[in-house]
Amino acid sequence: MNKENNIKDWYLENFNQFNKVVSDDIFKSLRKEASAKFENSDFPTKKDEEWKYTSISPILNHEFTPSPLFMGDKEVLPIIDKYLIKDLEVHLLVFVNGIFNKELSKIGEVENGIIIDNLYNLSKNNPEFISEHLSTKNDTNNSFNFLNNVFTYDGFVVYIPKNKVIEKPIHVLNIASNINKPLVQPRNIVIAEANTEANIITEYVGTEKSEYFTNILTDISVDENSHITFFKLQNESNAAYHIDKTEIIQKASSVFNHFSLSFGSRIARNDINTKLDGENIETHLYGLYLGNEEQHIDHHTFIDHAKPNCMSNELYKGILDDKAHGVFSGKILVNQIAQKTNAFQSNKSVLLSDEASIDAKPQLEIYADDVKCSHGATVGKLDEQAYFYIRSRGVSAESARSMLIRAFIDDVVSEIKIDQLKEKVSDTIFEHLHREKF
Amino acid sequence: MSEEIREDIKLIEDHTSQEYKYGFVTDIEEDEFPKGLNEDIIRKISAKKNEPEWMTEWRLKAYRHWLTIKEPNWAKIHHEKIDYQNLRYYAAPKKKPELESLDQVDPELLATFEKLGIPLEEQKILSGVAVDAVFDSVSVATTFKSTLAEKGIIFCSISEAIREHSELVKKYMGSVVPQTDNYFAALNSAVFSDGSFVYIPKGVRCPMELSTYFRINAMDTGQFERTLIIAEDDSYVSYLEGCTAPMRDTNQLHAAIVELVAHENAEIKYSTVQNWFPGDKQGKGGIYNFVTKRGICKGNNSKISWTQVETGSSITWKYPSCILQGDNSVGEFYSVAVTNNYQQADTGTKMIHLGKNTKSTIISKGISAGRSNNSYRGLVKVGKNASNARNFSQCDSMLMGDQCGAHTFPYLEIDNSSATVEHEATTSKVGEDQIFYLNQRGISTEDAVNMIVNGFCKEVFNNLPMEFAVEAQKLLAISLEGSVG
Repeated sequence: MNKENNIKDWYLENFNQFNKVVSDDIFKSLRKEASAKFENSDFPTKKDEEWKYTSISPILNHEFTPSPLFMGDKEVLPIIDKYLIKDLEVHLLVFVNGIFNKELSKIGEVENGIIIDNLYNLSKNNPEFISEHLSTKNDTNNSFNFLNNVFTYDGFVVYIPKNKVIEKPIHVLNIASNINKPLVQPRNIVIAEANTEANIITEYVGTEKSEYFTNILTDISVDENSHITFFKLQNESNAAYHIDKTEIIQKASSVFNHFSLSFGSRIARNDINTKLDGENIETHLYGLYLGNEEQHIDHHTFIDHAKPNCMSNELYKGILDDKAHGVFSGKILVNQIAQKTNAFQSNKSVLLSDEASIDAKPQLEIYADDVKCSHGATVGKLDEQAYFYIRSRGVSAESARSMLIRAFIDDVVSEIKIDQLKEKVSDTIFEHLHREKF
Repeated sequence: MSEEIREDIKLIEDHTSQEYKYGFVTDIEEDEFPKGLNEDIIRKISAKKNEPEWMTEWRLKAYRHWLTIKEPNWAKIHHEKIDYQNLRYYAAPKKKPELESLDQVDPELLATFEKLGIPLEEQKILSGVAVDAVFDSVSVATTFKSTLAEKGIIFCSISEAIREHSELVKKYMGSVVPQTDNYFAALNSAVFSDGSFVYIPKGVRCPMELSTYFRINAMDTGQFERTLIIAEDDSYVSYLEGCTAPMRDTNQLHAAIVELVAHENAEIKYSTVQNWFPGDKQGKGGIYNFVTKRGICKGNNSKISWTQVETGSSITWKYPSCILQGDNSVGEFYSVAVTNNYQQADTGTKMIHLGKNTKSTIISKGISAGRSNNSYRGLVKVGKNASNARNFSQCDSMLMGDQCGAHTFPYLEIDNSSATVEHEATTSKVGEDQIFYLNQRGISTEDAVNMIVNGFCKEVFNNLPMEFAVEAQKLLAISLEGSVG
């Protein structure tokens, strides 16, 4: 436990420094409160059921420096083009080490009332808005979430007032650099009021081999009849650590699609919690995780069916190579009043190497009787017969495997309705697996 | 509708009129210890049973470990804290009869079995089942012993085995479920009262189904059964376990252990019908059933198959498991768990694949009604060296009414790329269209539901021995009585 205390002290000391550097703002009391909670909470261990398969001790071995204490823009300038989505017009927001970069960002014209901005800027220019919409509920938080709150500073904010549509997708690019082992902690907010529509693409990348720690908190609220699609493309450096908690609340008749596409980082942990707080809601959670080398990729999803007549659909697929370790835990809770619920969950993983492993924990907790719920989980290798069939037609071993991988991931990738993004994701997948693209 | 089905429905009808058929207390003088648990009590239990010194020490070791650990709380069950010092850890019928013929058995006891509808004579004559009836912790009737003895099969109470076959017991007891395994296993290891011991020698196929009936009878006495079954190379045994208990008000604790060891090419089939007092309609009383059951497929090509029908107990906490150590070994788990009123069940299995080409199948059917909660919790683990392991799991739940809960918590831990593991779970209710279809054909709703439920559980019932399958269907109907409006 000594290590844990040392690292806690390190962050608390940094907090004192931080307070000296950062001028008074509206987050002051929130940070102070969080620091007390952080001090009194323990980091999760493998003894906690929710962290049974993920050891975070490597993260505690490093002393990361909270990002507002320094900047590292210059490093990332030459590589930024690589991450832009080709031939797609977007509202671009670039964050370097968690801090908004005005020069690199390009936010286009939007209809009156729509806000596409960063948290820091808004806290200065529109503090009332932030105090109204920044969720401070934290009953489910753990040490990492408190740590994010301790250094609340920046992140992206999207606000869509009633009956508005944001036509162009929003691309939020987070780049981390190698200076000073940064602790990158975006605090993101998406608020979609009734009858709105938007596509949001968030991306987390880092310069090669750099060591840093991204610790994200995202709140998304989707009101009546809104239609929101949220992509998270995680392609951090293989030496980085990544922890993300996303909380979603949906109101009646809304549709929400979430894509978690996890390729990078040494240890990645994603918590995606969705509350279906209205009738006739539709929720789709898609996930794709590709691990190689010694990567550890963990997804925890929780779908809370609080009201009747809703539908949720979850599809998570993974490919694990080398010594990679995948974790999937999906829980569906159907409350007593949530009759006529349809909830489906599927998790499929392929192991490409003998040293790769997967732990899966699909769970159903159901208190209503008139429901249709199912979950399925499979683990296996690529289909030997299909492989033989392709090979016997003169296709090289490498291409045959690529084809089979392509086929395996296709039902997730084909759900991406933005063609340019789909292309980018496919490229990333094969690049990450060091295989030729198919 | 065929004659057969009509017969079935009549059977169901017969049983739906009763609340709890098997609730009565037999009046037999009991030899009891004072309440509480300490080293003295354990020594006394051991002395009472004329156990050798090593056994006493073995018990004490378990007790000392038990003191250092806490009751687990991860299961999805709730109950008032058990006061382990307020329980009596030993009770034996005082008149221990000589066991040469049934005439010598206490007539009271015979009457009890009569009421249960399973008279020993009938069993003996008609079904060819040898019965080792455990009546409150001490084995009081053993039959067919000589037939079995001819083949070299040992089938006796565990207390007798400790005295007569001490080398075998010493070698195997605790080898599958160690004293330190879990809280209830440690408790059982310290105070186990009695149970059964089965040894099948090499190459022997046990000629009859071995069966034991358990009953809990003394007031406030926890019953701590311990069963050990060893199947040597190339042998086969099928073992049945069925329980009923009298209706009473105070909660009763049952923490049993079952250990199975299958050597090369051996097969063990273990079937359970559990129908202990589930508590009344308000959830008062009922048995706490915290059981550790585990089998090891030690040799190559061995097979262990668990089949269970769980309808009783107010709380069930039970995970019959298979350790598939030998290459090509097979583990199977077939389960029907029914909960009604305020019953809680957290049950499932663990399949630990260690050997190459090992296979496991899990079929679990959960039915919840009333205000009950029914959880499936299972683990499929494929070790690094378990190449070509294969698992198929299917866990279906059915809900009756909107006050109950059905939950599924499977764990899949796969460390080998050549493994193929599939898990499927569904939750649904009895289809209105299905009931409508049957109603149309003149079948009442209650009967229709029973038919649908029996169909839902068919895959499991098919794996039960005949006598049990019939009893199981009856039990299901009784358990679900009045749960559909």
